Amino acid sequence: MMSEPISPEEVAHVAYLARLRLTEDELSRFTEQLGAILNHAEDVEALELDDVEPMSHPLPIENTMREDVPSPMLKPSDFLPEAPAVEDGRFLVPKILGEEP
Amino acid sequence: MKQEIFKDTWELIVGLEVHAELSTQTKLFCGCLNQFGNEPNTNVCPVCLGLPGSLPVVNETAVYFAMRLGRALHCSVNRSVFARKNYFYPDMPKDYQISQYDLPTNLEGYLELPSGEIIGIERAHIEEDTGKTTHIGTSGRISGADYSLVDYNRAGVPLIEIVSKPEIRTIEQAKAYVSELRGIILALEISDAKMEEGSIRVDANVSVREIGENDLRTRCEIKNVNSLKSLGRAIDYEANRHIGLYKNGESPRQETRHWDENAGRTRSGRSKEDAEDYRYFPEPDLVPLNPSEETITKIDQEMPELPSKRREKLANLTGVKPSDVALIVERNHDAFALNVIEDGGLPDQVVKHLVNNLSAGLGELTAEALAQLVQMENKSEITSTQAKKMLGELVQRGGTPAELATELGFEAIDTNEVENLVDQLINEHSDEWERFCSGDTKVQGFFVGQVMKATSGQADGKLINQILNERSTSK
Amino acid sequence: MSGMVPNQYQSASEIAELVSTGEISAIEILERHLNHIEEYEKDVHAFNLVTIDEARAAAEETDKLIAKGKKVGPLAGVPVAIKDNLCTKGIPTTASSKILEGWKPPYDATVVKKLKEAGATIVGKTNLDEFAMGSSTENSAFGPTRNPHDLSRVPGGSSGGSAAAVAAGFAPIAIGSDTGGSIRQPASLCGVVGVKPTYGGVSRYGLLAFASSLDQVGPFATSVKDAAIVHEVIGGYDPLDSTSIEQAPNSFLDVFDKDISKLKVGVISELMGGIDGITHEVIEQTNKAVSVLSDAGAQVEEVSLPAALYCLSAYYLIAPAEASSNLSRYDGVRYGLRIDGSNLNEMNVNTRTEGFGDEVKRRIMLGTYALSAGYYDAYYGKALKVRRLLAENFADLYRNYDVLLSPTSPCTAFKLGEKVSDPMTMYVNDVCTIPSNLVGHPAISIPFGKGQDGMPIGVQILAPPMKEPVMYQVAHTLETAAQ
Repeated sequence: MMSEPISPEEVAHVAYLARLRLTEDELSRFTEQLGAILNHAEDVEALELDDVEPMSHPLPIENTMREDVPSPMLKPSDFLPEAPAVEDGRFLVPKILGEEP
Repeated sequence: MKQEIFKDTWELIVGLEVHAELSTQTKLFCGCLNQFGNEPNTNVCPVCLGLPGSLPVVNETAVYFAMRLGRALHCSVNRSVFARKNYFYPDMPKDYQISQYDLPTNLEGYLELPSGEIIGIERAHIEEDTGKTTHIGTSGRISGADYSLVDYNRAGVPLIEIVSKPEIRTIEQAKAYVSELRGIILALEISDAKMEEGSIRVDANVSVREIGENDLRTRCEIKNVNSLKSLGRAIDYEANRHIGLYKNGESPRQETRHWDENAGRTRSGRSKEDAEDYRYFPEPDLVPLNPSEETITKIDQEMPELPSKRREKLANLTGVKPSDVALIVERNHDAFALNVIEDGGLPDQVVKHLVNNLSAGLGELTAEALAQLVQMENKSEITSTQAKKMLGELVQRGGTPAELATELGFEAIDTNEVENLVDQLINEHSDEWERFCSGDTKVQGFFVGQVMKATSGQADGKLINQILNERSTSK
Repeated sequence: MSGMVPNQYQSASEIAELVSTGEISAIEILERHLNHIEEYEKDVHAFNLVTIDEARAAAEETDKLIAKGKKVGPLAGVPVAIKDNLCTKGIPTTASSKILEGWKPPYDATVVKKLKEAGATIVGKTNLDEFAMGSSTENSAFGPTRNPHDLSRVPGGSSGGSAAAVAAGFAPIAIGSDTGGSIRQPASLCGVVGVKPTYGGVSRYGLLAFASSLDQVGPFATSVKDAAIVHEVIGGYDPLDSTSIEQAPNSFLDVFDKDISKLKVGVISELMGGIDGITHEVIEQTNKAVSVLSDAGAQVEEVSLPAALYCLSAYYLIAPAEASSNLSRYDGVRYGLRIDGSNLNEMNVNTRTEGFGDEVKRRIMLGTYALSAGYYDAYYGKALKVRRLLAENFADLYRNYDVLLSPTSPCTAFKLGEKVSDPMTMYVNDVCTIPSNLVGHPAISIPFGKGQDGMPIGVQILAPPMKEPVMYQVAHTLETAAQ
């Protein structure tokens, strides 16, 4: 396994995906720190686990659902005052570049 | 798979992704009302607003609806796991959408088109809808907007996404696929599926290749198609665009494009160089769904009669051509047609009336009435013109044809009476008769008109012509 | 601040008894605690917010009900401190982050509702490592909390504020959350009892999510019995949480006082001598605990949990992965901090860059990476398989043993600033506690002895899922001996 499991470019890309901006200094610092953690995780990566089922949940339960019946809703006054910007009862955001996904 | 040739030697390849909003009472993961037209941000709660600390709980009716659609499309219904699709956009309150990824509810089915052709279905899965963003600025479109406003009333509404295999080869097939799918959805009563209102949305994946090629070439996803007509135009435009590029030695980029209805073209969406990585992983706040054998059996047993079955039934009984059968079933008039036939109406005449004269709806018309009407027509008690007029009245105010005929004064005009009238006319207008007998068809209208005048329009046009022809040949 | 609890009233169950019988008023209990807080909170900084007015109103209400002879809950008049990552309606809930500074939720977490229904008096919101990410409470955006036993040392984390509040006598009980040890480790460092329930045993509705498949809400208390009582109050199936389960029908105190001579206890060898940074004092105290249990008649043996060696790595892939997704919603659109930008994207980036601290950013990026295309199978996917292996290891052990034992933390409370520069050094603090979170099993830390520096040491009892009664039973035996 490489001693540099993650490159600065990868860190920069991941920061973009997570909507974070890093300074030059932070970029190199985080690259080093993330590298150390991933190095530590080498032990997991090296395991042969082809026959093992992944466990995304600690509980063996299934089929938890609710009935299609209404429950109390909030009023705009419950949450709009906490919003950074509002117009006409809707959340205001700065202009969106590009097409809708 | 029948191959259609599209523009010289190119083959069109289309796959369709259809989203339908399910008509449950409440949203997919919370008890907020699944309703339109309310003031913005009034059908919301901590869950569908994605407030910190909120958690989703699945609506069992949405799941039930999804499984029913799966079975109607001949899919296998499986143990499923919800997954998070991660990306940033303001109409998504959590900045991830809860959907299904590699373990969806329904897999591997097919849709039978009215023509009998089969289009494969890859999957049909459940996911939550987003809120609505309105762009404020000069054009109302996203580019050129100064800012945007978000309403979360629609966030969390249950959607089912049906993904077809790329087996559609013509624009007609594409339209038929959407219509048929819609028909099934309506028969199941799981969505009101109105394209104009957005409760059913269609995205088209379009690519082309040369005839004989086995591999698929680059495809583009076309969004913002709001009607069947637009779907056809968009596919046509996009396919031609691809062909144009290939002919130029270039090739299309894999991307999402938007259909511009006014300009009649597709436009490139956001640059795909930095393709969005959705980082799907199993939703840890929800547990897997695992329907029992009994549940699936029950769903199959409760399956309503689907359009294809209804068409089959009507076709078998009437021997009518497929397009007419399809039209009647689409209008939901097939049950009515079967009743009329049961009451004694002749199948092809029943179909003719339904197809030609009852497109606006049945109104107050009863099956018995139509059966009676058809019988009267058959016995030449009324002419087809009269029948049409009576139908109009029966639809509007009900009643029986017998009573109506009397009321309107539509008495049967005797064949003898017509013969006498014709003979009389032949005597009175010998010049015109000479011309008719020597082949002047224009003068036929004159004789028919005269007979009609003499009988106040109640003589049967067919009969008049028949007698005229008999007289001319017997000379 | 010397000594542990200068406050006379330490026991929640005692207070509830006195208040409900009218012997002392809820207001008086509250005022005593508020005075104590006023005197020592500036040194400890356990709270982000002391909710004086709301607490007084609640205590008055409790007293009114009692005066009218109405029934009150099992925690009537008991002051409780709530970790500031649990939603309290109308009261700021910040997760000790700038990005949520001042945010008032429009709803109560289920746990908060239950505490109110039980008659408890909420005295304030306690400090934590930002978004529960940390083991020292030094990652708080509002300054660290200090260990009441030694103000130059950390209280542990991430529920450092809650642990310190109980240790300092600000409240006899507190609520925290535990994702990798965030209740048990600070409990150990502060010398109080801390419990992580069976996953699903306590509702997560209203808990600001860190790692959804690992998070659990649990109690801090000064005694095992009090912890069990609070656990019962806050636990139970919640229809608002799809991952919550019915509690076992019996009470957690069912076998509390019964003798343990029939029980078999396994001491996890991988979590003893071999782990990074474990001190000989911790090992010594753990061995003493072993003696206590064998003297009481239990059969105590060394056992092996091989997958324990991979837990740290698996955890530091799974937790950040889930966290990276859970924290996406903090984007400046609907609540909390917004730093403007010329377009939406810029606003998102400005807000999150300014609003999140370093540790949070580190974990978000690590998690994003672990889930990203091309790396999912190698990292996140593999970690989920390690989890399965661990579950199988545990299941094997529990066929032959009733409970397991290990130290809670490899060391006593370290100095503030000592471990902040290297994340890995901080992460290894959780090596004993992480296994329980990965498999969703319950575990409790109880104070057991002190180090040479006079700082508390904690010992951990682990039990199979839904087997809290035997866990509390064994913990009680240890607690009695420790006194």
